[in-house]
Amino acid sequence: MKVFQGAYARHNQTYKKAAPTVRGVVDPNESKMVESIAEVLKKCGIKDGMTLSFHHHFREGDYVVNMVMEEVHKMGIKDITICASSLGKAHNPIVPMIEDGTVTGIQSSGVRGKIGEAISTGKLQGYAIMRSHGGRVRAIEEGDVHIDIAFIGAPTCDEYGNMRAVGGKSDCGVLSYAVVDAMYADKVVAITDTLVPYPNLPASISQIYVDYVVKVDEIGNPAKIATGAAKPTTDVRKIMMANYCTQFVINTPYFKNGFTYQTGVGGASIASTISLGEIMRERGIKMGLGLGGIAGPMCKLLEEGLIEKLVDTQDFDLTAIESIKNNPNHYEITGSEYANPMNKGAYVNQLDFVILASLEVDVNFNCNVVVDSNGMVTGAQGGHPDTAAGAKCTIVIAPLLQGRTPAICSNVTTVTTPGETVDVVITDYGIAINPRRQDLIEAMKGVKLPFKTIEELRDIAYSIVGEPEPVEFGDRVVGIIESRDGTIIDVVRQIKPFEFND
Amino acid sequence: MNPNLNRLRRSMMFLNCQKPGLIKDPYIYKPDSIMLDLEDAVAENQKDAARYSLYHALQEIDYRGVERVVRINGLDTPHWKEDVRVCVAGRCDSIRIPKVESAQDVVTIEKAMEEAEEEFGVEKGSILLMAALESCKGVINAYEICQSSPLLFGVALSGGDYTKDLQTTISGTGVEFTWARGMMINAARAAGVQCFDTVFTNLDDMDGFIAETKMIKAMGFDGKSIVNPRQIEPTHKIFTPTEKEIIKAEKIVKEVDEKKALGIGVFTVDGKMIDIAFYPGAKRTIELAKAAGVYEGDL
Amino acid sequence: MEVKGTAMAGTLESSDAQVTVEPGTNGIELTIESSVINQYGRKIRATVMETLERLDVKNAKVTVVDKGALDCTLKARVEGAVFRSNGITENLPWGGAIR
Repeated sequence: MKVFQGAYARHNQTYKKAAPTVRGVVDPNESKMVESIAEVLKKCGIKDGMTLSFHHHFREGDYVVNMVMEEVHKMGIKDITICASSLGKAHNPIVPMIEDGTVTGIQSSGVRGKIGEAISTGKLQGYAIMRSHGGRVRAIEEGDVHIDIAFIGAPTCDEYGNMRAVGGKSDCGVLSYAVVDAMYADKVVAITDTLVPYPNLPASISQIYVDYVVKVDEIGNPAKIATGAAKPTTDVRKIMMANYCTQFVINTPYFKNGFTYQTGVGGASIASTISLGEIMRERGIKMGLGLGGIAGPMCKLLEEGLIEKLVDTQDFDLTAIESIKNNPNHYEITGSEYANPMNKGAYVNQLDFVILASLEVDVNFNCNVVVDSNGMVTGAQGGHPDTAAGAKCTIVIAPLLQGRTPAICSNVTTVTTPGETVDVVITDYGIAINPRRQDLIEAMKGVKLPFKTIEELRDIAYSIVGEPEPVEFGDRVVGIIESRDGTIIDVVRQIKPFEFND
Repeated sequence: MNPNLNRLRRSMMFLNCQKPGLIKDPYIYKPDSIMLDLEDAVAENQKDAARYSLYHALQEIDYRGVERVVRINGLDTPHWKEDVRVCVAGRCDSIRIPKVESAQDVVTIEKAMEEAEEEFGVEKGSILLMAALESCKGVINAYEICQSSPLLFGVALSGGDYTKDLQTTISGTGVEFTWARGMMINAARAAGVQCFDTVFTNLDDMDGFIAETKMIKAMGFDGKSIVNPRQIEPTHKIFTPTEKEIIKAEKIVKEVDEKKALGIGVFTVDGKMIDIAFYPGAKRTIELAKAAGVYEGDL
Repeated sequence: MEVKGTAMAGTLESSDAQVTVEPGTNGIELTIESSVINQYGRKIRATVMETLERLDVKNAKVTVVDKGALDCTLKARVEGAVFRSNGITENLPWGGAIR
């Protein structure tokens, strides 16, 4: 593996794509239906050392990873690498399998919960690779990782493997991140709890990629897949940062009819969508494209006609799921279309704005979204580095202090998003523009916002909470933070229990 | 005279001294004053703990120019003397005395404050006082209370206890406060001190809050007691002069200043004669606009 | 000051710290648990020790469970616990031993 050379270093490079080994289904009499997970594992030739893949569209309501891995464990298979688009607290039951060597490798956007602790404390025999959403697609397409069997949880599926994300018990809206798994894994298994008559169209993932279909009782917990519309935050601090963000956005040259925009689902992000909507309404300015993970407030703007098209890779609430079901201007795209840096141009490249969050931002604007201030793996890259690299104006919103932990610091514990791609940091104590963006600094002249340098923000934070000592790690590398282009941007080392040293 | 006697106090936000998460950076919400509470918000068995928190907060947290008022426990409790000592030792900006019923109540605290100033080597007169009127007797004695001390910058209505004393409840219409508000603002103006309205506790009723704040602004009040940062911005909007008001005030001030310098005693604005009596009000409008950060003129 | 009995001050809420003091004979036996131990453990210890020193506490078992408290809060909680262990709530040495 190579070391990170810059966010755009691989521009123009050519490569040959990897390819799966495909078993032709020629005989029209062959059924793809398989009785159980155990049986499908056998049919797929499960053996030690394989790489199994999963998607995270069911978020904290996912049952599929645990269901499959339980069977793998029962069969006594060892040395499995889990290659998931993300893993969360729902997957805490995997930890004993890490401890007994069933699972020895993890590749994921990030890890929350107990698996993160297991990685950070060195329980995983191999190391974890953390990739952005775009970076994961790239890694699979370039052959950095080869998936032996992909298990794709499908809210609805027909007997021949056409999968959709809507219409079943466990609606998740889209299956964007699973598409690359279907196209590049040797064996593809659809797992559904809602079998529907053939053909299940329009399919998110087509029958042509699918080897087997397994019906189980439940693939997820709907209550945790999509929550009801979150009430807009009443936290004045978040609203204040959201208003700063909106004021910044509308004073850039990019804020004009047809602008493109992506935002997250944190309280401040949602609040900024709402306040931006008000200005769009007032001035009659429409958003041409709303991208990425989608939540209710963006859908409301779409319905109102203030957004022309929503282009979706993940749904965070029921409003978003209803919207993609019913609104013809709400589209599903694949993870590659969204963010793969090595295809011929992803949607993120067309972004004017992205509004992000971060655990830490340093004075070089590097962001850390994966490792917490105690050195524990606790978050996910998601689309953070992808959208930051793509957007013309990347805005990170972070409250200056989380308890005693400063969000703006001299050095981030781990770099996940390079500072060269981050343009603006908005905190409750002020706003810093990356000095690389003299054009934005110029555009903000005369704008009434509390501008400060990033160093000033750090100094304010340190004056309140004291300068933090760097987290001490052990020597062993337990995780690799892979840049979206496949180079190594940073590593995560094993946690060292804190000692006072005397 | 302490220059803070007349400072801008549109919003005074209550904060429980015993909650470190609340008192560590409330200045971020930009209230004019914070009111660090040792009284009702603090449980009886935590009165001591709240004082240590208060002392170090006053000494070590940079509240960035926000006025630090401390609400001490009432004269009917065993706590107030130590409260006054910690306020003075910590060098707060002002002390809010609860449940004041007479001028004597203020004098009692003023005396304790002087003793503490002596003990801790704090400059006399550097800490101001305000009185909360929470009973029928307190309200009826508003005028003597307003005149009780040269360090008293104002009085505040405390609606919860007052309605109990009136033998009624908070209705939401404000009718139960009609007389108290009228009495207090009148007494405050007669004595030349500020007057602050009670809290509005239903956070979900922002429309009700705005209506009430507009009303008390129209009555002449200087500011509102605030229980949540959500209420600060609307309050400041209401208490901030409009562009039209600022332009008119600016004309009056400039005209009077100019003509006076020339020894002329007749003033005209926009072709109309104006009375010199408008001058202090116009000055106040400009000061308010400046304090609120909306004045861009050269006065 | 002597720690005369077991006493506690503070809560386990975010930004607070809960400090417990117990009588001891063997100098200061300090235990610290903190949500920010890696970045602030040494600062927390220094603040607690300085505060005990100002209060002239020589022997005590001191337990700090910190939830990201600022130094001003740590001091307040240590003082709270120590004075409580002596039953003192009035005529405190503001600006003296309490600084």
